[in-house]
Amino acid sequence: MIRLEQVSKVFNQGRHNEVRAVRNLSLELDTRGVTVLKGPSGSGKTSLLAMIGCLSRPTSGRIHLEGRLISNLPERFMTEVRRATFGFIFQRFNLIRGLTVLENVMLPAYPLAPDPRELRDQALDLLRQFRLAERAHNQAEWLSGGEAQRTAICRALINRPRILIADEPTANLDSQLSRELLALIGELAEQGKGVLISSHDPLVFDHAQVSRVVELRDGGLA
Amino acid sequence: MPLSPALLALTLASLTQAGLLLVAAGFALRILRHWDLNSGSERQLDLERRTYLVATLVAWVFGANLLSLLLFVYNAEQLSTQFVGAMCATGVLNANAWGWPALYLKMALFFAGATWLLLNRVDNQAPDYPLVRPKYALLLLIAPLALAEALIQWQFFSGLKPDLITSCCGALFGPDAQGVAAELVGLEPATSLAALYLSGLAILVVGLLYRYRGWGGRLFALLAALGFVIALAAIVSSVALYVYEHPHHHCPFCLLKTGHDLVGYLLYPPLFTATALALGIGLIRIWHRVPSLAGVIATEGRRLVGLALMFFGLFYGVATWLILRSNLVLLGSG
Amino acid sequence: MRALLRRQRYLLDYSLSSLARRPGKHLALLLVYSLVVFLLASTLLFTQSLRREAALILADAPELIVQRLVAGRHDLMPADYLDRLGQLRGVSDAYGRLWGYFYDPAVKANYTLLVPRQEPPVPGEVRLGAGVARTRGLGVGDYLSLRSARGEPFSFRIAGLLEAETELVSSDLLLLNAEDFRRFFAFPADRFTDLVLRVRNPSEVRKVAEKIALALPDTRPILRDEILRTYDALFGWRQGLIIVLLGGALLAFVIFAFDRAAGLSAEERREIGILKAIGWETGDVLRMKFWEGAALSLTAFLAGYLLAYAHVFFFAAALFAPVLKGWAVLYPDFRPLPFVDGLQVATLFFFTVFPYTVATIVPIWRAAITDPDQVMR
Repeated sequence: MIRLEQVSKVFNQGRHNEVRAVRNLSLELDTRGVTVLKGPSGSGKTSLLAMIGCLSRPTSGRIHLEGRLISNLPERFMTEVRRATFGFIFQRFNLIRGLTVLENVMLPAYPLAPDPRELRDQALDLLRQFRLAERAHNQAEWLSGGEAQRTAICRALINRPRILIADEPTANLDSQLSRELLALIGELAEQGKGVLISSHDPLVFDHAQVSRVVELRDGGLA
Repeated sequence: MPLSPALLALTLASLTQAGLLLVAAGFALRILRHWDLNSGSERQLDLERRTYLVATLVAWVFGANLLSLLLFVYNAEQLSTQFVGAMCATGVLNANAWGWPALYLKMALFFAGATWLLLNRVDNQAPDYPLVRPKYALLLLIAPLALAEALIQWQFFSGLKPDLITSCCGALFGPDAQGVAAELVGLEPATSLAALYLSGLAILVVGLLYRYRGWGGRLFALLAALGFVIALAAIVSSVALYVYEHPHHHCPFCLLKTGHDLVGYLLYPPLFTATALALGIGLIRIWHRVPSLAGVIATEGRRLVGLALMFFGLFYGVATWLILRSNLVLLGSG
Repeated sequence: MRALLRRQRYLLDYSLSSLARRPGKHLALLLVYSLVVFLLASTLLFTQSLRREAALILADAPELIVQRLVAGRHDLMPADYLDRLGQLRGVSDAYGRLWGYFYDPAVKANYTLLVPRQEPPVPGEVRLGAGVARTRGLGVGDYLSLRSARGEPFSFRIAGLLEAETELVSSDLLLLNAEDFRRFFAFPADRFTDLVLRVRNPSEVRKVAEKIALALPDTRPILRDEILRTYDALFGWRQGLIIVLLGGALLAFVIFAFDRAAGLSAEERREIGILKAIGWETGDVLRMKFWEGAALSLTAFLAGYLLAYAHVFFFAAALFAPVLKGWAVLYPDFRPLPFVDGLQVATLFFFTVFPYTVATIVPIWRAAITDPDQVMR
């Protein structure tokens, strides 16, 4: 359970270009099933996702994750919560060029310093599961769109998070790939992972597995 | 002032250290005034990011200071050829009134830096950063220390006039000289060795009590500080004699020379490390009732005290080995 | 503890691979960095070896030299002073020396003529320093012809050449017999150039010097220790001066390093943003960048130092020996004995690695505090 109380996020505070991306928003989200934050660009869904995912801190208000207050944690501890709880899939996948697929997948685990052999085995398992085993030692920039997307999912899963967060995951994909991605996400949801997606793509929020759609507008609930 | 490269390097290093710590102190003032962890305002986020910068700066200064401590002694050693009667670093440090104070301030800065970094480490393990204010208040005290160190060192260097007749270590550490150093030498070897091993025993007992029972953290720090002073006195008044196998050679720096198997590097680093750890334990103990830190301090304390005991053990072991392997007989009828 | 080390290994791994992925960017820095280390290390090593060489030579020098002064100028020493000094308590040995300078117009250079105490050449023969032999193109068995003080030509058979080991001082040396010396320079028979005293107990040297100054007020005793000290101060001062002169270059290097560290490419920024978004913390990025700097510094330092070492000890400091050695016309072919000095390495470290780290702290921190949600914006 994620509970938001009176959450606001302001950028460029006190300056003439101040932006209030999220305004006094209160909300409860289930950490199981697939939840979609829906809204036009500029509606604050990405800012909201970043705050829930412990990527940034609200300017005011509180966020509780499973009863624990996480909105006042300093970065050091937010990162700990984030690493243990969330896996991220970004709009442009954001793989690091020049590194191999395997290295890209293992990267989120480096600061946790697991046993190198175990980490490698785990990453290779994931790659096999997502049909990328033979790509493991290729460089990330040579991948096709679908492969890059599956690599990004593997990377999001390497630290065994409970919740997956995907920010506009289908924005750069054609319908075919979008459907494949949603199918994969659906499978993960069935295996018990919570999924939080921000999107304004009907393909996403009309998907069969979506359990809840939250509509946002101008930084508040629509 | 002799314009040697090492001397320039030391001056440059200490000025940079002081400069960086002043920057850190300026930031500490802002933290003391504006810190509010419950706020998500951009100012607070900015402050939090700057804490990383400050910790990095202090760590850098600490490292620089550690190296410059060594360079300072080396440099004095090398300059000794330029002073009549100075046979080693001791003579050069005696060349004017600022030599020893400069060395002591460097040592003080070392311990201050080490304890601050330990404190910072502990504080960073509690999500509410309970020690932010004391931590940065302490930083305000360390910055002037670095400044004083830079100034005094400069005084020392600029006051060095080659060709001065200085007392060599034999003369300075002779029993008829005056001052603290002479008092140390005046100590009977038997007394100083007894004090050395008694303090070692006390440190061990209290350290083990703290490790397994959680008692006496501050007593441990106090004993360690005392043990540190006793250890230095014992080195000057007797351990050095055993190493040099000469009843009147008391110099604490010649131990670092190749001629004496560099044994100084086995003695001083463990002693300084152990003392720094112990002082750190004493400092963090002050906050062991802070709820978010109680657990952290208990585990960190146990770990640190283990390390400190290990280094103390190494020091006492090496000192004993040096005494046993020596052909010099100072105690007993011989 | 294990986890701590393992984490550093992961971070080091990453920073090395990150360095390898952008070789062009780091190569320029590495080159400049190594060059700075090379320049500084070369001067330090070279002047230091001059100093050591001088000390090596002086180690065998007599403890005390006594010169006579007339009207504040160096004058010839009456032979009867020798007996009076030889009787001072503490003096174990005393003898008079004959030496002087000769300007050879043929090669436009000064020679040092000296009568050695042990095994002087037989009359009519000389032993030559390598510098003299080189410039005059002479070898053993050849004849060296010089014009004496009275204007007559003098011919010496060359009996041998001096060892190259201490060439710094022996390069312009010409060893000859006492008789030849006196005849060549028209030197009075009851005079020496100066006197030399050996004092066995080092703590008595000063006492002996005081007694000489009292007994023979027209003389000046010179202590070996004083010469050594002067050399030391002089060489130290020269090194310091060079470093001050190189200060400008050092500053330029620091600015360059700052600029390199601050000018992150968009690609690097994006990379750090990704790292932070997928779970790296500011401290992790700082440490990773620290390893990057450490790897660069270590490489540059080692490369620069080794190059300087080769330059000074194997190529006789070919690049700037002429500037540092002095004004002699007969350049000694100087091959110093290799050595590594801890103080010097530490000093060098302070002048290169420390400024580099200071210059990069703030840029690195700026990069590390990239907002993790930046990749989503």
